[in-house]
Amino acid sequence: MDFILLSILKTAIAAPVLLGTLAYLVWIERKVLAHVQLRMGPSRVGPHGLLQPIADAIKLLTKEDFIPSYVNHVYYWLAPWLALMFAVTAISVIPIGPIVEIFGVKTNMGQADISIGLLLILGLTGMGVYGIALAGWSSNNKYSLLGGLRSSAQMISYELPMALAIASPLLIVNTLNLREIVNGQAGYVFGIIPNWNAVGGLQMFSFLIYLICAFAETNRIPFDLPEAENELVSGYNTEYSSMKFAAFFMAEYANIITACSVATTLFLGGWHPIIPNELGGQFIPTLICFFFAGVLFYHALNPARPSDRLSMGVIGAIILGLGLMFQVPVVKDLAQPLFWFASKAGFLIFVFIWVRGTVPRFRYDQLMRFAWLVLFPAALLNLLLTAFVVAAKSN
Amino acid sequence: MLEGYLPLFVFLVLCIAFPLAALLVGKALRPSVFAPAKLESYECGIEAVGGARGRYSVRFYLVAILFVIFDVETVFLFPWAVRYKQLGWFGVAEALVFLGILVVGYVWAYKKGALEWV
Amino acid sequence: MDVILFTFFALVAIVGAVSLVLQKHPISSALSLVSVMVALSVLFLLLGAEFIAAAQLVVYSGAIMVLFVFVIMLLNAGAERESRKGGLAQFLGLPLTAILLVFASYVITQSMSNAKAVKFGAFTGGGPREVGWELFTRYLLPFEVTSILILIAIAGAVVLARKEID
Repeated sequence: MDFILLSILKTAIAAPVLLGTLAYLVWIERKVLAHVQLRMGPSRVGPHGLLQPIADAIKLLTKEDFIPSYVNHVYYWLAPWLALMFAVTAISVIPIGPIVEIFGVKTNMGQADISIGLLLILGLTGMGVYGIALAGWSSNNKYSLLGGLRSSAQMISYELPMALAIASPLLIVNTLNLREIVNGQAGYVFGIIPNWNAVGGLQMFSFLIYLICAFAETNRIPFDLPEAENELVSGYNTEYSSMKFAAFFMAEYANIITACSVATTLFLGGWHPIIPNELGGQFIPTLICFFFAGVLFYHALNPARPSDRLSMGVIGAIILGLGLMFQVPVVKDLAQPLFWFASKAGFLIFVFIWVRGTVPRFRYDQLMRFAWLVLFPAALLNLLLTAFVVAAKSN
Repeated sequence: MLEGYLPLFVFLVLCIAFPLAALLVGKALRPSVFAPAKLESYECGIEAVGGARGRYSVRFYLVAILFVIFDVETVFLFPWAVRYKQLGWFGVAEALVFLGILVVGYVWAYKKGALEWV
Repeated sequence: MDVILFTFFALVAIVGAVSLVLQKHPISSALSLVSVMVALSVLFLLLGAEFIAAAQLVVYSGAIMVLFVFVIMLLNAGAERESRKGGLAQFLGLPLTAILLVFASYVITQSMSNAKAVKFGAFTGGGPREVGWELFTRYLLPFEVTSILILIAIAGAVVLARKEID
C-alpha cells in the first residue's frame, strides 16, 4: 500500500511541474526566437512577459469553440484528447535521478522504473500518429486531411531510423531500463572525459541521427510540413479552436520534452556530472548559478529600463539562493542530479528552438527521400559498425 | 513483477483525466454565439469547393506498408541489442544474416523506385 | 490490484472487439481494433510477458493499425452497407459462439490448471533480456526464417503498389 501512496504522491508532484513547464516552454520559445531575430518577444504581461502563459491559458479557455457542420463529431473530439494523452504518458518512464533515500524511504526519481521503458516510449510515440491522423480526417477539410496524411507519413518514416539509432547505444549498455542505461554511462575515460554514449561511448553519429529524427517526430522546423502555413494554412489543426487547439499545442511541447529527455538519458549520461565530483564537478551547479546571478545583478545596477532595477535584482537573488542550495547536505543528493538532468535536457530544448530560428523548411519529397534513402541506410550502417566495434572490444 | 508498472497506471489516470478536464472546463466559460459562417469548413475565405473526402496518392499507402515491414524488423533488433555482450561474435553473425536478407529487400525496393517520392 | 487491472482491460478488449464487429463505419471499426490491441498488451504485461507487451504496442497498435487507418482514409471508404443476413447464421451464430467459448475455456482450464503463466506475477521470464537469449540461441532458425518472410512481404507490397504508380 505504501508503494501506491508513494506513486500517487509522485504523480501529484509531477503534474503541476509538468504543466508549468509546458506553459513556460511557450514563453521560452517566444523569447529565444525573438532574440534570434533581434526582437524583444513578449514583454507586456508582467515583468519580461512572465505572466504571458497565464494570459494565454485564460484566452484559450474563454475563446469560443466553434465546430464546422461537416466534421465527424466523435473523432473531432477524440483526436486532441488522444494526442495529448499519449504525449504526456510517455514522460512517466523517464528517470530524472538515481535511486535516492529521503526520510528512510527509498525510491527512484521518476515515475515508473520498468525493464521495457525505452520500447514503451517508442510505442507511445508511434501511437501519437492517431491523434494527428484522426484530426486531419475528422475535420473534413482539404487542408486538414492533407496535413494529417503528410504528418502521419512523415512520423512513421522517421520512426524507423530513430529506432535504429536508439538500438546502437543499447549494444553498449545492454538494457532497456532507462535508469540502468544512465547507470551504464557512469565513470570517466582517462579520468576526465565523461563516459556518456555520445562522448566517451563514441556514439555521436547515432546521437545526430536521433536528434534529426526527433525534429521530424515532433513536427518541428525544418520538418514542420504538416503545418506549412503557406501551403496548408495550419495543417491538421486548421479547423480546431479554443482548448482543442491548445491540446495539440501542448502535445507538441510534451513530445519535445520527451524527445529531449530520452536523448539526455540515452546519449548524454542522464544525471551524471560533466566533470568527476572528485575534480570539483559538484561545485559546477553553484558556480553556474553564481555566474547568472552576477549577470543579473549587473543589469540591476545598470538598468536598461527603470523596472529592471527591481525585477533583475529579485531574480538574481533567487538564483543566488538556488546556487547555495546545491551545497546543503541533504538537499544536495536530490538537487544535483536534477540540475544535471534539467540542464542537459534544457540545452537540447534550446537547440530545438534555435534550429527553428535558423533553418528553413524542407520540401515534402525531399523530406521523404531523406528519411528513406539517407537516414535509414545511415542508421543501419551505424548499427552494424557499432556491433563490430563492441564485439571487438569485449572479446 | 507488476510493482514497477504501478506508477505507470497511476500516471495514466492523470493523463486520461487531464486532457478531458482541459477540454471540458472551457465549456462553462466560453461564449457560444451562432452564426452561419462558423459552420462552414475553412478554405481561406472562399466558399468551399467540393468535399475533402476524395482519393489520395498511393504513395502514402506504400510508405505505411513499408513502415510496418521494417518496424517488425527493428523490434527484433531490441532483444538482440540487450543480449549483445553475451552473444559476442556469434551475435554479429546472426544480425548480419538477418539484416543482410532485409538489405536485399531494401535495395530491390529502391531499384523498383518504391522509395522515391515524386 | 492485478485482478482489478485484469478485469478492467479484459472488459475493454471485449467491448472493443464487439464494437469492431458492430460498427458501421470502417474508421470506427479500425479504432475499436486499436483499443483491443492496447488492452491486450496490458493483459500480456499482467501475465509477465513484458517484451511481448511492448512489441504488441509498437507493432500492432503503432504500425499495423496505422496502416489500416491510412488505407481507410486514402480510399475514402464509406459506411458499409448492410448485406442480407443468412437465415442459418442468424439463428445458429450466437449459440455456436457460446459453445465454442465454453469448450475452449474448459480445455484450457483442464490442460493447464497448474501452469505458471496463468497466475499473476508467477512468470518472470518475459523481459527483453530473457526473450533475447531464447530467440538468439534456441529459436535461432525460426528467427532467421522470419527475415525471409519479411522479404517476401516487401516484394508483395512493392509489386502491388507499383501497378498503381506506373
